[in-house]
Amino acid sequence: MPKRASLFVTCVVDQVFPSVGLAMAEVLERLGWQLDFPEAQTCCGQPAFNSGYRAQARKVALHFLDVFRDAEYIVVPSGSCTSMISHHFEELFAGDSARLAETHALAPRVYEFSRFLTEVAGAEDVGARMDAVATYHDSCHALRELHIKDAPRRLLRKVRGLELREMDIADECCGFGGTFSVKFADVSGAMARTKIDSIARTGAGLVVSIDSSCLMQIQGALSRAGLPIRTLHLAEVLASR
Amino acid sequence: MTPLVQIRETIANAGLQQAIYASTGRLMDKRRHAVAPEVFPDYQELRSQANLLKRHTLEHLDFYLEQFENNVAARGGKVIWCRTPGEVADFILGLAREREARLVVKSKSMTTEELHLNERLEQHGLEAVETDLGEYIIQLAGQRPYHIVAPALHMTRYDVADLFTGKLRIEKETAPEKQTLIARGVLRQKFLSADIGISGANFLVADSGAVVLVENEGNARLTTSAPPIHIAVAGIEKMIPRAQDLAVFLRLLGSSATGQALTVYTSFLAGPRRPLELDGPDEFYVVLLDGGRTRLLADAERRQSLFCIRCGACLNHCPVYRKIGGHNYPWVYSGPIGAIITPQFHGIDRDPWLPYASSLCGACAEVCPVKIDIPKLLLDLRADVTTRTRRGLAERFAFRMYAWLATSPALFGFAGRVAALLAPSNTWIKRLPWFLNVGPVAKWISQRDLPPPPAKSFRRLWKERKRHAA
Ligand code: SF4
Repeated sequence: MPKRASLFVTCVVDQVFPSVGLAMAEVLERLGWQLDFPEAQTCCGQPAFNSGYRAQARKVALHFLDVFRDAEYIVVPSGSCTSMISHHFEELFAGDSARLAETHALAPRVYEFSRFLTEVAGAEDVGARMDAVATYHDSCHALRELHIKDAPRRLLRKVRGLELREMDIADECCGFGGTFSVKFADVSGAMARTKIDSIARTGAGLVVSIDSSCLMQIQGALSRAGLPIRTLHLAEVLASR
Repeated sequence: MTPLVQIRETIANAGLQQAIYASTGRLMDKRRHAVAPEVFPDYQELRSQANLLKRHTLEHLDFYLEQFENNVAARGGKVIWCRTPGEVADFILGLAREREARLVVKSKSMTTEELHLNERLEQHGLEAVETDLGEYIIQLAGQRPYHIVAPALHMTRYDVADLFTGKLRIEKETAPEKQTLIARGVLRQKFLSADIGISGANFLVADSGAVVLVENEGNARLTTSAPPIHIAVAGIEKMIPRAQDLAVFLRLLGSSATGQALTVYTSFLAGPRRPLELDGPDEFYVVLLDGGRTRLLADAERRQSLFCIRCGACLNHCPVYRKIGGHNYPWVYSGPIGAIITPQFHGIDRDPWLPYASSLCGACAEVCPVKIDIPKLLLDLRADVTTRTRRGLAERFAFRMYAWLATSPALFGFAGRVAALLAPSNTWIKRLPWFLNVGPVAKWISQRDLPPPPAKSFRRLWKERKRHAA
């Protein structure tokens, strides 16, 4: 039976970090998965939902349901967007039993990328190689809403040439928080600087995460501070050989 | 108004930043050790029990309040019901006048902050003295508590030394133990000559009519037993059904607040001194305050905001609190719990910015001993803000545009291209031309670099890839 999965690359990856989407596709294809990218996809609705604009979020969520209704698996390179779909769509459609049923049918098929690899594809060693000292940043929604903590680390430990070093505050928020990053720019910036101090203390030259928006915040702060540390999405590390 | 300027000042104050981060960090470490599975194996189970107990109590609050009142009366005490903080202050002032009181000692109570009790007392010529060391420091400094458990969390021992020298006219003393002795010397006298002792309550026990207080300094015990009158002021949500439920709550409170299995003193106060007893007041009052709390009872989901046992763990673990500190929150309660109860007690339009002052990282919910889903409540309150208050036209328009673009795939793909045309770059962007340096983008770039827009979006690249493969 062919192994089939659909990609939901998220709006951030589609518009800002397309290489993450390509890397994710490459890793999955290497493991024998047939991929499909439904072109009508856009966003999960999280920006509006997190800002309190529920009606607008609902519109976008409906669009998502329409696009992905028939997908067998949906793989997402983001813990935050995965959690939006699997946890928060439910709140958006409370009181709309038909949509709620659709959401409940869809939610178990939506997987964050590292969880898909370890739990569905059954892979830990994907044949990657990268010479680097890396540290892993736990993105908040992946960690606290999806309880993803070990899977990305297990995958990274199997990368040849890569040494994984833990930060002292790996699980502390990077300060992104969507519109929070601009509504409270000073606070968000200060949080990012605390994070990159911890990153720098590890001596790692690379920060890895499973959420591109955290990496946008962290890389932005690293680059502003003039620190020679780069950031990569887990998919990009796993695609490299 | 969002206190953005004050927040910026707090963040720019390196010494203050260091003090907040270090103090909260120490409390985080203590808690982590105290709830570790080797030390506290049934921690998670107790959290679930505490949540259920609070849920049950609030669902039957009318019953337990009545039971509590009857039991207090049976032991010779009196329950006073107050709808507003003002009524609490009026009761206390009235009683003080009748008894011709001059000196009031207070042990730590956040609830009395809701009525600005100290100011009210002083306006009426009474002397009010805080006896918890942290509160005493804050009172001398003329500030309000920075943190619900550690009121002087932001002050270093050097700050305290300067304060004592200035206010008490003594030689400079920077050793915390010596500072404690200085305060103790001052406060001893006050305890002995006070006419009224005012405390808060950590728990109100319905089945025994008791007020339970936890503390580490012994000042609450003196406050409630030395003066002839004891008044305990508490929000109605402090109720728990049975004395045996304390087994759950005391353990969780100590561990979560200060990393102690139990605090040094736990006092059970029920009624005035009885015949043949040596210590205790002649009169015992419990003042129960609504102050906006019953508004929350109506909503089954939001009611959980009242489960709070004021342990302070959510403040210590909140990365936003750890940057902006306690004084930039608009009301008595700061941190994540303040951000959810302030708008619910006072109505959403007073501080509509407050539910937004969070990155929604969820650290608060992870450590909350009674499992309040704080991020969910913040999200619900944000939805209230957009539907019940007047939001800026620009923001509403932006989200309408967003919803429109995000449901029109063809246009959606196009939006990103505009950015690539306007600000082409191969490296992370440090500054923008003036005509682009506006709105959210300007805010972003004020703190960190902006990613360069890619030449092609993923959807374009995917199409090309498929074409190649074919
Ligand atoms: S909300 Fe929870 S964590 Fe915060 S102070 Fe209350 S009980 Fe403690």
